[in-house]
Amino acid sequence: MSEHTLLSGNEAIALGAHLSGVRVATGYPGTPSTEILEALAAGDHDETVVQWSVNEKVALEVGIGASLAGRRTLVTMKHVGVNVAADPLMTFTYMGVNAGLVLVTADDPGMHSSQNEQDNRNYARFAKIPVLEPSDSQEACDMVQAAFEISERYDTPVLLRSTTRISHSKTPVNPGDRTESRVDPGFIKDPSRTVMMPAYARGRRVAVEERSEKLRAYVEEVSDAAPSSLNRVEMRDATVGIITGGIAYQYAREALPDASIFKMGISYPLPIAAIEDFAGRVDRLYVVEELDSFWETELLAAGIAITPSSLPRVGELSADAVRAALSADTGPPTHDPAADIPVRPPVLCPGCPHRGIFYTLRRRRYTVSGDIGCYTLGALPPLESMHTCICMGASIGAALGIEKALGEEAPPTVAVIGDSTFMHSGMTGLADVFFNRGNVTTIILDNHTTAMTGHQGNPTAGYDAHLADAPRLDFESLVRGLGVQHVKRIDPYDLEHFDAVLTQCADHEGPSVIVVEGPCVLLPTADPGTIPCVSDQCVGCGACLRLGCPALRRRGTDKRAQVSINADLCTGCALCVQVCPYSAIVGEGADS
Amino acid sequence: MSRIDDILVVGVGGQGIILATDVIAEVFLRAGHDAKKSEVHGMAQRGGSVESHVRRGEEVHSPLISPGAVQVLVAMEGLEALRYAHMVSRGGIILYDPLEIPPLAVATGQSQYPEDLSERLSLYSAKVYPVPAFALASELGNTRTQNAVLIGALASLMEIPDTLWREVLSRRVPARAVDVNQEAFALGSKAIVRGS
Repeated sequence: MSEHTLLSGNEAIALGAHLSGVRVATGYPGTPSTEILEALAAGDHDETVVQWSVNEKVALEVGIGASLAGRRTLVTMKHVGVNVAADPLMTFTYMGVNAGLVLVTADDPGMHSSQNEQDNRNYARFAKIPVLEPSDSQEACDMVQAAFEISERYDTPVLLRSTTRISHSKTPVNPGDRTESRVDPGFIKDPSRTVMMPAYARGRRVAVEERSEKLRAYVEEVSDAAPSSLNRVEMRDATVGIITGGIAYQYAREALPDASIFKMGISYPLPIAAIEDFAGRVDRLYVVEELDSFWETELLAAGIAITPSSLPRVGELSADAVRAALSADTGPPTHDPAADIPVRPPVLCPGCPHRGIFYTLRRRRYTVSGDIGCYTLGALPPLESMHTCICMGASIGAALGIEKALGEEAPPTVAVIGDSTFMHSGMTGLADVFFNRGNVTTIILDNHTTAMTGHQGNPTAGYDAHLADAPRLDFESLVRGLGVQHVKRIDPYDLEHFDAVLTQCADHEGPSVIVVEGPCVLLPTADPGTIPCVSDQCVGCGACLRLGCPALRRRGTDKRAQVSINADLCTGCALCVQVCPYSAIVGEGADS
Repeated sequence: MSRIDDILVVGVGGQGIILATDVIAEVFLRAGHDAKKSEVHGMAQRGGSVESHVRRGEEVHSPLISPGAVQVLVAMEGLEALRYAHMVSRGGIILYDPLEIPPLAVATGQSQYPEDLSERLSLYSAKVYPVPAFALASELGNTRTQNAVLIGALASLMEIPDTLWREVLSRRVPARAVDVNQEAFALGSKAIVRGS
């Protein structure tokens, strides 16, 4: 297998896009999709424009423009990002493409790093477009190329659905040959196709149905026993037949190695005739699919008899889950997990500029509406000072709603949002607060990057997808432009000052914004401070431990044991120096 | 015990777990096998518990190892060894760094770090090998090579020639850190004293 290299699903998607002659690639970072654009940018392909957009809607709109201009285009996002991009998607499907457009949705069954686990195969049915689902990195690479061909041949955007286990697993890839679009670049001015006002949209609506008909015929054509078929029939023992695809295919193969399989490479539309034929060749037919009963619903509607199974509908599948639901084999003997051991949830890094903000908010009776980012960890003990987290940008609107519902007697409402999230969809919320005469205090945590997904650029970061210098937007002028004149800029490591500014903003009649400016400590530009040490004055009161800093711990198991600082972890942010009521954390030089 | 095919590497986000499994998976592939590895990035990397699976075989399907099928558990931290010990197969091996990184609940005194670690691990495996990888890496002056020490220890349990391990390791680490990683690998390959 020496010609193979191990690539993650995301790297393989990037490679497939390159091999497809992609000229424009854009998206918004979101786990597990982020590394696709990063890999494409790292490839330094001169012919390809790679850029982060401010949100998924803009990313898809940029992609639509590029496709209409006759350039093959890749647009990437996580599953919930497609909700943001759904508005352009639902009309773009009427328009069709010029050069191919592939929209990658990276779903997150099991919610490893997401707020929900929606199954985005549903978008294919909703938007009446095909969705391809690879089950390893080789297929991810190949299917991107197939998706571009389908996009151009059938005049449709194509979804490519990955999941965390595809995107973040590495499997061998042997890249194929490069293909290119046969479309000539250039924007064709044809309003009946590209101006979706009612009179033109009605015509295109009919075209969508005609296209769906052709796609249903196409998926039958690519359903057979050939190894390269997108929908592959693998006949083995005829007792059990399984319809499966994506990562679930791997689980089914492992759990029931002798079963016959109808592998769905194109998850929608379904090749009903080919599946009917497969159903007729096996004794019992199961559907093994992760999350929603998407195929099962379609197949039952087509009158195909499916054997019911007890496969879970929540969370990720596994070979064991498939084995337990479909076979008598119990798998390897297992032990019980160790009981009563401490959990290890993710935590804000030592020196994180968000820590002091939540420490201060924790001591107030305010209602804190939060948002999506590393700072969502501010909801966990011991900081515990975030009370909502819904979706990107929701903090400000939700804060306004809480305030409007409860009136002036209620505690002040505060929205907390990061710089990238504010650019993504917080700005509109803030304009709404201004327009509707809200009193919300919005805290913008400006760490100069999109931190949680691994430091991607955004309009406030000063660098782009290639890590080259980029124009930088000024928060203060932006916020003033949105109507909020009461704007304060603070240093995240000066707790006393923040405390005073927070009180002042909360008391202020009208909307206010606090821009907390402190670069992410993991950025190379971060400036380490002096490591403090704990003196004998420490009485073990634990005040500093309420910061939730991984560099601080008690020296022993005694409830009043003195605290020590781990110099390997400490960045010298000195928040602990400020919160110690006994001035016991001081000076230079570490103890450990 | 049959050939080692299924390896689970665990630890705390930031310890170099992903790099370790990148090396193991590439060694497997270069040794002529189908190989897959899987992990989860994102929120977990912020000091949380991290697991990464590596598998090889004639044809590997699931990138995840089933509970009870892990042949070697490589743990870069003591508590994490215990957290994943139930994944180990009958006859499987636990190779762990007795390093203690207290989770927040322990650091704040709300919870206790398990004291009888080696005893509790021995309930899951008859072959529990402590490898003080972090301590050895510290002696080399580069704690980032903790993972290379553990890779060396793992390699000493397997049939794949050291030259392949060393070659892949050198290509995967930053150029300036090649030598120290090779030293770390060497320390690791002598670290397991098999008495039992």
